[in-house]
Amino acid sequence: MNRFHAFAAATGSALLMAGPAQAQSIDATINQMFADYTGWYVSLIFADLPGTNFSWIALWLVVGALVFTAYFGFIQLRGFAHSIALVKGDYSDPDDAGEVSHFQALATALSGTVGLGNIAGVAVAVGIGGPGATLWMVIAGLFGMATKFTECTLGVKYRNEYPDGHVSGGPMYYITKGFKERGLPGGGFMAVLFCIFTILGALGGGNMFQSNQAHAQLAGVFGDYPGWITGIILAIVTFAVIVGGIKSIAQVTEKIVPFMGVFYVVVSLIILAINYDMIGWAFGQIFMGAFTGLGVLGGFTGALIQGFRRAAFSNEAGIGSAAIAHSAVRTKEPVTEGYVALLEPFIDTVVICTMTALVIVITGVLNVDPDTGLYIWNAEAGRISTEGEVSGVALTSAAYARAFSWFPYLLAIAVVLFAFSTMISWSYYGLKAWTYLFGEGKAVETVFKVIFCLFIIIGAAANLGPVIDFSDAMLFSMAIVNIIALYFLMPIVKRELNSYIARLKSGEIKRFKH
Amino acid sequence: MSKEIFVVAYEGGDDSTLLNYAIERARREDATLHIVHVLEWSPYTFLTPQEVEERHTRRKQEMTRAKEAIIDPAIATATAAGVEATGEMRYGQVVELIAATATAKAAAMIFVGRSGSNSISARVFGSVPLGLAQIAPVPTVIVP
Repeated sequence: MNRFHAFAAATGSALLMAGPAQAQSIDATINQMFADYTGWYVSLIFADLPGTNFSWIALWLVVGALVFTAYFGFIQLRGFAHSIALVKGDYSDPDDAGEVSHFQALATALSGTVGLGNIAGVAVAVGIGGPGATLWMVIAGLFGMATKFTECTLGVKYRNEYPDGHVSGGPMYYITKGFKERGLPGGGFMAVLFCIFTILGALGGGNMFQSNQAHAQLAGVFGDYPGWITGIILAIVTFAVIVGGIKSIAQVTEKIVPFMGVFYVVVSLIILAINYDMIGWAFGQIFMGAFTGLGVLGGFTGALIQGFRRAAFSNEAGIGSAAIAHSAVRTKEPVTEGYVALLEPFIDTVVICTMTALVIVITGVLNVDPDTGLYIWNAEAGRISTEGEVSGVALTSAAYARAFSWFPYLLAIAVVLFAFSTMISWSYYGLKAWTYLFGEGKAVETVFKVIFCLFIIIGAAANLGPVIDFSDAMLFSMAIVNIIALYFLMPIVKRELNSYIARLKSGEIKRFKH
Repeated sequence: MSKEIFVVAYEGGDDSTLLNYAIERARREDATLHIVHVLEWSPYTFLTPQEVEERHTRRKQEMTRAKEAIIDPAIATATAAGVEATGEMRYGQVVELIAATATAKAAAMIFVGRSGSNSISARVFGSVPLGLAQIAPVPTVIVP
């Protein structure tokens, strides 16, 4: 705790006071320090499977999703209609009005996952894996729904409820309580490990990476300016929300972000409608590319790897973060929250990521050789040649700009808002892990929140590649612990599910709206 | 024969004209009052994770505050005036819930204040009295 505080304070204040050259040397020192001590761990987590460029951690997430899908008998398909009914409030007791609804729990969890991955990550996947990556992304997203179902059911079942009515839940709670219930050893150790990974992941992927990318977007639109300016503004706003409790800012963001998400989908649909004559061709490219590669390096496997990787990294299924977000909902039936949570990967990956991919394919920003009909491979960049040879957010931006020239400005705003809402969500996930380790209490919580805000400035101001790599590795380390725990605890979820379905059929669980 | 029930859509605060009028009418017609205070709530609003966690506690606090500051004093005022009164607090859309309560209680009349009807938002989106005028299942008195 003290080490983090000292590190953040020292680095933050040094960056603010020092000139560019000095800040550069601080960047280099921190980078070197992290690369020296943590490089081996980052390499281990993101190591590719022998003979492929597919990291074993992505396979770990996909295999987990397949296991849960099979174990729960394709719950994402047979339970889909029930999930929608729950979100619509058909099973909500009117006497519980005023409590958190299923819709609100879903929207809150989604605001933590919908973000840069849907905009930048998809462009990277399609740029490297070709249009075919889209199909594999959708398939992996569909399987990921079962993982979310499993973890969020457990999140609600084993949460802690305190006398004042507030609740704390998440993998750390279901690991300790669930393992104890099943007489399994090591629950306490795994929970602590999960919390350490969550705190470091929250400070990195959920914070520094977000502020860094938000600054990159703003600098791209308004011209280059020092990152600490973006960092300080974002840190002040975040501080006002998470420490000052200024709800109006959070409420405005929480309202704008879903609106942005819906707007993004609507604009995508308009672009698809404008190019309606190309839709058949685009689907042809996606299906053909999924099995042949269409000139993409690695062919079929290249498309599969990119699609699976993007889905696994975008919707956070298996990471355990959603279980923290969903555990606060008031429900008598933990399974209902599992049903609701399985819609997350559907919205995040199957709908939003697919929209981005379709627009990129349909607008023709990927360069095709007119003679062969295959995509032109830019060997130097290691991806398909694109309009302006851009990648990531810039590629998505270029694709949407073909239809609407003003879209890049809106996209920059959307990226900043998505980044901000992701930071707010991850500050909460990190806080829950922090309080699990150090206990509940205002002082303990404030220490974490202040550290979190300082890391926003560091993330925006510094070019800390190895630090962000390390925190990304922490994020995916959460999935190692969480999915192992899910394998051991899935019989409990099955028992809950069977009991729930039986009571639903018998009419014991009432439908209030018809 | 049981007494008639009048439902009062009570906001509290500056609504004393409404309450006093409803009490006076109930006293004259030997009816009982059912005072309903609705806190506007939509299950489709967006909350931060922190707000989600704190919602249950806040709901309990809101209900306690509404009971102590709005419902209980209103019942006490009615009782002091010799009118039998009950009360409840609900979450949701005011117009729908007042209409639903009137139906559930088999009320004879609804009393609602005109307060807020002149604001721009009320003119654009409709106000509680206007909404009740459209969907109320029983005669509704709008108290100026």
